[in-house]
Amino acid sequence: MSTPVLEVRNLVTEFPIRAGVLRREVGRVQAVSDVSFDLMPVETLGVVGESGCGKTTLGRSLLRLIEPTSGSVRIGDVEITTADRKSMTRVRSQLQMVFQDPYASLNPRIPVRDIIAEPMRIHGVAKDEAAERVADLLRRVGLLPEHGNRYPHEFSGGQRQRIGIARSLALRPRIIILDEPVSALDVSIQAQVLNLLDEIQDEFQLSYVFIAHDLSVVRHTSDRVAVMYLGKIVEIGVRDEIYDAPAHPYTHSLLSAVPVADPRRERSRQRIILQGDVPSPANPPAGCRFHTRCPIAQERCRTEAPELRTVVGGQQVACHFPLEPGQTLVDIASR
Amino acid sequence: MTEPLLRVEHLAVGFPSKAGVVQAVTDVSFDVMPGETLAVVGESGSGKSVTALTVMRLHPKATRISGSIMFQGRDLLALGDDDMRAIRGNDVAMIFQDPMTALNPVFSVGSQIVESIRIHQQVTKQAAWERAVDLLALVGVPEPKRRAAQYPHEYSGGMRQRAMIAMAIANEPKLLIADEPTTALDVTVQAQVMEVLHEVQQATGSAMMLITHDLGLVAGTADRVQVMYASRLVETGGVDDIFYRSRNPYTRALLDSIPDLHATTDRLEPIPGNPPSLLRPPSGCPFRPRCQMAIDTCATAVPELVMVGEGHASRCHRTADITLNAEVTS
Repeated sequence: MSTPVLEVRNLVTEFPIRAGVLRREVGRVQAVSDVSFDLMPVETLGVVGESGCGKTTLGRSLLRLIEPTSGSVRIGDVEITTADRKSMTRVRSQLQMVFQDPYASLNPRIPVRDIIAEPMRIHGVAKDEAAERVADLLRRVGLLPEHGNRYPHEFSGGQRQRIGIARSLALRPRIIILDEPVSALDVSIQAQVLNLLDEIQDEFQLSYVFIAHDLSVVRHTSDRVAVMYLGKIVEIGVRDEIYDAPAHPYTHSLLSAVPVADPRRERSRQRIILQGDVPSPANPPAGCRFHTRCPIAQERCRTEAPELRTVVGGQQVACHFPLEPGQTLVDIASR
Repeated sequence: MTEPLLRVEHLAVGFPSKAGVVQAVTDVSFDVMPGETLAVVGESGSGKSVTALTVMRLHPKATRISGSIMFQGRDLLALGDDDMRAIRGNDVAMIFQDPMTALNPVFSVGSQIVESIRIHQQVTKQAAWERAVDLLALVGVPEPKRRAAQYPHEYSGGMRQRAMIAMAIANEPKLLIADEPTTALDVTVQAQVMEVLHEVQQATGSAMMLITHDLGLVAGTADRVQVMYASRLVETGGVDDIFYRSRNPYTRALLDSIPDLHATTDRLEPIPGNPPSLLRPPSGCPFRPRCQMAIDTCATAVPELVMVGEGHASRCHRTADITLNAEVTS
């Protein structure tokens, strides 16, 4: 059994809610609420959920781009949450990030060559070696070395995302956090970038935390999948367990809501339409956070928060009444 | 034979810029029949939104337009501004992607619906307000009486989209144009909003032009589909024609490039390269540089849109070589 490259335990990230002229703190939003998982070598963990579920905050907390409130994030023998500046710099060379918006995440005033070389400059890589690596990286992500002289605005969205990926590879990291890396791209370009990510994962032996709202994309890229709702992981397990036999009612309804490019399937599908919106994370429901929208919620769900536990299918689920393989919400709700 | 509700013929739309004219729509012709849902699919820059905005005459002033847009026998492009205003929001209404830009933040949602009713119908404020509350109830806004008096910022994203739909259907339009109506929404809320749109169509019998890049949405809602690429229509047909019997290399490549929710795939089949510049399009077929099937003719002549079956047309020199189960390769 290999050891995880990243261990996350009971991670909590809170934001203060401020109000009034003095901006006094009047409350706290728990954007990430007691999240634990391991990331194994050369594994992709997909993190899915709707807006406000905390998936982006989770990604940023892992790198301390947002300071976590409590809990532990370990990479090797370094505890990231308490690491000092110096060891944090070292850790960041192993832990990189690719952002959603390729238009906002590249400095428009500096040429692509310097964008990719910047992490190497900070980490003291010699200039000649850095220049050589930039050329290699550009080639590796499907661009030309001479593209290094151009500025970000001269590239299309897909090409910019390739530049962001090249930058994330510059320090030879072991882990890359990918936050919605293809959601700003057109469908035909998405597939190009997803294939590229797949290739470099094998080549550089990378582990990915792949954060996305597109469930089809996550199925394609992930080995394991974590589903988040209002700051908590509600279901986590091997990809096909989650997709073929979701046990949490939320996962089930999320999957049933995704329209697929197959008219016959669309015509025959039984869609579970969830009522209402996601509640405010500033004031999450008591008990199970999903109970206000859950079609099969019972009294216990309103008072007692479920813990993650392993179910028949093999995955871990935080639900008092998980679905069994083959069972659908429509069956249960119509009973 | 029923008359089409909307008949667009040889529509061309160009935007002059310093570098030259950006040809956003080239020679686009199509019909929308009463009550049907026509999906217009394409990637960014394909011309799908510009086509929709031009039908509503919401394009910028300096735009160069030719062709005709006949709605119930009247050419919308030839109408004066007043006549157009009488049609817009009345017989033809639009739902936008971002409800926050389409709703006025300083008026209550109810009063905005009242306004759109009273522009086109002679009713008292009181009657219009009651109708607004009914409309909000119809689109699934809970506690519509109380919510009508609230302002857009007090609504969530999904609720705002419902409010905009309520406003769009206030005058029972014959044609609803929905431009990426659910793109900004989460998938569970998207399902709610699409359900509302479907119910509204059932209740009012209105036709819908659904502009979207989401092929899943198209598969579940459209009767007919037209696919646009680089300002042109490249394929048009019934929803099953497009998804199961496509005769166009671009449509096929687009369908092949999306990951599958219901099966685990090893490798995706992307379309190589990028969409062409609309300022300096390539010679011949605009898809040629990315097409696996391209032959010499494709570099010299733009293919015509030709009928390949009942109500099914494709723009490709090699249409004849694409049979039902053929692999799309050269």
